[in-house]
Amino acid sequence: MATKEVKPADHWVDPATGEYRVIAPGQTFRSITEKIVRIVLTPHTPMGWFALFTVAGGGATMLMVALTWLFLKGVGIWAITQPVAWGFAIINFVWWIGIGHAGTLISAILLLFKQGWRNSISRFAEAMTIFAVACAGLFPVIHVGRPWLGYWLLPLPFTMNVWPQFRSPLMWDVFAVSTYATISVVFWYIGMVPDFGTMRDRAQSRFAQYFYGLLSVGWRGSVRHWMRYETASLLLAGLATPLVLSVHTVISFDFAVAVLPGWHTTIFPPYFVAGAIYSGFAMVLTLAIPLRKFYHLESLVTERHIDNMGKVMLVTGFIVAYGYGMEAFMAWYSADHWEAFAFWNRAFGPMGWSYWTLIACNLVIPLTTLWSRKLRTNIAYMFFISIVVNTGMWFERFVIVVTSLYRDFLPSSWGTYRATKWDYATFVGTLGFFTVLFLLFVRFLPMIPMNEIRMILPQAKIKPKATVEAGD
Amino acid sequence: MPAREGVYGLLAEFETPGDLVRAAQQARQDGRRRRDCYTPYPVEEAAEAIGFHRNKVPLLTLIGGLMGGTAMFLLQVWVSVLAYPLNIAGRPMYSWPAFIVPTYEWTILWAGLSAAFGMLALNGLPALYHPLFNAPNFRDGATTDKFFLCLEALDPKFDRAETKAYLEKFKPNSIVEVEY
Repeated sequence: MATKEVKPADHWVDPATGEYRVIAPGQTFRSITEKIVRIVLTPHTPMGWFALFTVAGGGATMLMVALTWLFLKGVGIWAITQPVAWGFAIINFVWWIGIGHAGTLISAILLLFKQGWRNSISRFAEAMTIFAVACAGLFPVIHVGRPWLGYWLLPLPFTMNVWPQFRSPLMWDVFAVSTYATISVVFWYIGMVPDFGTMRDRAQSRFAQYFYGLLSVGWRGSVRHWMRYETASLLLAGLATPLVLSVHTVISFDFAVAVLPGWHTTIFPPYFVAGAIYSGFAMVLTLAIPLRKFYHLESLVTERHIDNMGKVMLVTGFIVAYGYGMEAFMAWYSADHWEAFAFWNRAFGPMGWSYWTLIACNLVIPLTTLWSRKLRTNIAYMFFISIVVNTGMWFERFVIVVTSLYRDFLPSSWGTYRATKWDYATFVGTLGFFTVLFLLFVRFLPMIPMNEIRMILPQAKIKPKATVEAGD
Repeated sequence: MPAREGVYGLLAEFETPGDLVRAAQQARQDGRRRRDCYTPYPVEEAAEAIGFHRNKVPLLTLIGGLMGGTAMFLLQVWVSVLAYPLNIAGRPMYSWPAFIVPTYEWTILWAGLSAAFGMLALNGLPALYHPLFNAPNFRDGATTDKFFLCLEALDPKFDRAETKAYLEKFKPNSIVEVEY
């Protein structure tokens, strides 16, 4: 990379490699432990936390109101009708699940690639995954219209002797998403067990000692335990990697298996997965940038992290761009009238504004500017980009769902789609619900994995016996 | 487990992982068989030093994954062919390619659950009590920044005075007698 952009006196730059440091120099095992533990074990919750919690709680309350009204009146309160029978619920489902993917990517795939820089951000990226999947999982359940019959999706023996249809992608979805949620929670919890041990030992109040003591399941740091723990972590990472790739693939099958122009394409699985990672990294940035500022974690979540996440977004952004290009190409190359019309209608039909919003937010703005290291390490700009990409990815799902449906084969059945206030209330409500969960996580659980940070400190290197003896 | 009384072992506290590893290696060479190290993060060299090389977590994961995948595949076959056959456009009942996705997911699900909970079970966790927590310096250091070697009283070579003198040679920060 262009090293001349970097001032040599800058202490953030490692003189040995010319790269930004992963964590600030001069940290000890105790100092990083204190820094992370203090956020949780302090009796003083910052006022800013309460302020944000109030706003987010308002959003979550709105979700409860919207859901109550939905259960009383039915899905008719949403804008879904013929021909657009899949509206906000599916858009939001796909968007939220996609956001979750970055967490698994950071915690699993980057672990397998031995990327040390991931350690500082892996825990809250995993938390983000779980809360995003919780928001996502809500939508299919409420979308079925009679959520109290949701258990019909599971292969359970009940009195009617009805069994699910396993040849349907919607059924595959049930297994993909439920497995993803379960494995994410287990991976997250197992990762926190040693840190709960630290919290138990650092806690002053009796209640906190019991609380973290129970969560730590009696962890005492025996090296035999650590070795089994490391094996289990690696195996979980190895299992989560194909899992995360399969989840959005299976979700794309919901569309791609249908014989509908605009949905029925083979590019969907890889393009969904890349889009998921793209939006997920954007969400990690949206969360990490305010967090490091608010809790003064700049020494642990450094510009190197922001820079690297920018690079990942650049790569996945280009894969997504290839996906868009392929869609356009196939619309022409297939010589299929319906396929060509679907694409033309997307870009130049009455809802073309949504397609061009998506192109601007996902391709034009990020992919022209993320090349510059100056901009990638400009915190304010990266925060702006993260919001832009999240918006763009939401519009991508809007374009896929709505613009493929609202003008079908028969012009007499053409319609349009205009979301109702309940659609918006439910979507904004999940944003509030997500923020509430995330704020609770930041307040009560260790948001940075202490044991993994200790491993990347220089003190953790064991000097060979010979050099020690020579030094004596 | 029956309640025990007396000494659990002698706990030596070290400042750096290097000191711990050298002490653990020596203790192993000198035939101190009941020993364990306690560290605030995984120290692979310490595990090597006490002679802990392989574990059974991968085997459990393999078994869990195979059982999960097999169970899901058989369930789908049973539902689709025997319990509730649905004729949709004349497609075959035993349409195994469609069953691969849930089979794949359940392989991962049960392999992952086996890895996580198998690891905890092999570690003997959850444990509500362990004598080491009686040591006054253990809770302040073992999960934060100190490195411990414990020579246990069950070792045939264990003798309070002799083992204490033996541990002194490694110049630890402190040596503490741990009670049950």
